[in-house]
Amino acid sequence: MANRPSDIELQNIKDTNPEDTLAGKSIATRDAYGAALYELGMRDERIVVLDADLSCSTKTIKFAKAFPNRFFNVGISEQDMVCTAGGLALSGLIPFASTFAIFETGRAWEQVRQTIAYSFLNVKLAATHSGITVGEDGASHQALEDIALMRVIPNMTIIVPSDGYETQQFVKLAAEYYGPVYIRLGRAKAPAVMPSNYKADIAKAYQFSKGSDVCIIATGIMVSEALKASALLANDGISTGVLNVPVIKPLDKETILSAIEGCRLVVTAEEHSVIGGLGSAIAELLSEIKPIKMIRIGTQDTFGCSGKPDELLQSFGLTSQHITNKIKSTLE
Amino acid sequence: MIVNSITSKRDIDFLKQKAREARIEILKMLHRAGSGHTGGSLSATDLVTALYFYKLKHDPINPSWNERDRFILSKGHAAPLLYVMLAMSGYFEKDLLMTLRKIGSPLQGHPSSKLLKGVEVSTGSLGQGLSIANGLALGLRIQGISSRVYCLLGDGEMQEGQIWEAAMTAGHYKVDNLCAIVDNNGLQIDGSCADVMKIEPIFDKWRAFGWNVIEIDGHDMNAIVSAYDLAQTIKGKPTVIIAHTVKGKGVSIFENKVEYHGVSPNDKELETALMELGANG
Ligand SMILES: Cc1ncc(C[n+]2csc(CCOP(=O)(O)OP(=O)(O)O)c2C)c(N)n1
Ligand SMILES: [Mg+2]
Repeated sequence: MANRPSDIELQNIKDTNPEDTLAGKSIATRDAYGAALYELGMRDERIVVLDADLSCSTKTIKFAKAFPNRFFNVGISEQDMVCTAGGLALSGLIPFASTFAIFETGRAWEQVRQTIAYSFLNVKLAATHSGITVGEDGASHQALEDIALMRVIPNMTIIVPSDGYETQQFVKLAAEYYGPVYIRLGRAKAPAVMPSNYKADIAKAYQFSKGSDVCIIATGIMVSEALKASALLANDGISTGVLNVPVIKPLDKETILSAIEGCRLVVTAEEHSVIGGLGSAIAELLSEIKPIKMIRIGTQDTFGCSGKPDELLQSFGLTSQHITNKIKSTLE
Repeated sequence: MIVNSITSKRDIDFLKQKAREARIEILKMLHRAGSGHTGGSLSATDLVTALYFYKLKHDPINPSWNERDRFILSKGHAAPLLYVMLAMSGYFEKDLLMTLRKIGSPLQGHPSSKLLKGVEVSTGSLGQGLSIANGLALGLRIQGISSRVYCLLGDGEMQEGQIWEAAMTAGHYKVDNLCAIVDNNGLQIDGSCADVMKIEPIFDKWRAFGWNVIEIDGHDMNAIVSAYDLAQTIKGKPTVIIAHTVKGKGVSIFENKVEYHGVSPNDKELETALMELGANG
């Protein structure tokens, strides 16, 4: 029997009805991905899925069980998986290829660049286990460079959903969009942040609030921390706006420029290295168009390490408290 | 090639005892960590115990001794096994084992050579170890150092293309100071290797790439020791030992269970396991 999930893993697969909305649900974005993929599979025969021996962890297992003829487990061979996905796309299908983020973007980087991006193939690279919250597995499995790796590749669209609901929407949008997409997903539970009336759009960032002093531009699970920081800062009389940028490439420049209008300080927050990710993207944009004082919250040119996800967020300075302190000390 | 016994009964009994102790330590540390890779640590315990307590020339007091033999854990998720070997050999205090996977510990979820002496190179991303072992073996060879290099691979890991690139390199350069060991436990994460992505016929594959291939029962200490000895006598080609093993070996509730690949024992499972292994307390 191929692709047998363990009982333990099966328990973790949330049973969502196709039309269930994930709004307000705090679940890991990988779980939302598994559910959304299954929904897509029901609706669209062209959806095919690939995995590299991690289907229980990436949650493609749900699709695999429902549509075994449209699922390919290539074994532990990520480079092979990416190019196979390319071939499936060439045949007219819409492949989603999943493994851990570091293997998808790192191990198979040149395959992604040459075959997928340069040829502009309709492949969706949906990778889980991004960031420090991978936890105990440690540095070898914590992708803190994946946004950077994908961002330097022309033709690539990069999506970093902040919660389950946003993931659910972007997985569908990625399937509707023609072209290469990288979707960055996480292992740990992501607090629900997006309102139930939210409509995701590949061209649009989402503004939670406009601040007159500070604008925090965040992505992924750091959106939740940014919102908490903004509330903490309000107590100190610092007006802080929060902008969620789920699409790192192409950037929604217009919304970003209007969100920072009048601010003294721009802060970026991401569960990724400050080199090459959202912080870099925003710094590149603003330094050319509207130079302004910036702080980049993220991992500071360092590898991750083993630990509990929460402990790691603390220790790498990826919490609302850390953001708040940084902002206060900078404004002093 | 099937290898038979050549070592004294006393030595073999000593190694078996060490392997039993190692399994006990592995389970205790995994239990304490609350996560980690049980199955693949236990399947390779006999193989690696024979390396650390019989075959390897190494010096725990001087881990960077230039003349030492090298062990590369390509299947880096079996880190608990490596840590236990290092602790039992005297590289560090056994107490440290209980910090596995905790924040600030040098015992990372996957081995870090920067953080822990005795770890030759950081691993955890599958498929890279054999190439490293090739480079190390070639480097030792051209410097006239007679040390040998051992490299432990998973059977699922053989699905990585890089393994076969490295296999070709070793055959081409006749890297005879290299001995690869395949922990052929038949399982990976998503199921059996046969179901997920067929790797057979592995004997023929390695032979076709120019390797001397030895096939053994990876839990028969006699056969393991003999295979390492024999490998050392083979000149002009690299040797691979295909060791037939049982994932989770030594604890009946874990044996051959794909779900114990990356799950650590809970309280009850630890109790059962320690009882089976005859650990007192
Ligand atoms: C490049 C890479 N891809 C995927 C993984 C995730 N992973 C860790 S262990 C494993 C299965 C390994 O199976 P096998 O080599 O048979 O090891 P064993 O059965 O001895 O545990 C996978 C896919 C990884 N560590 N590295
Ligand atoms: Mg295996």
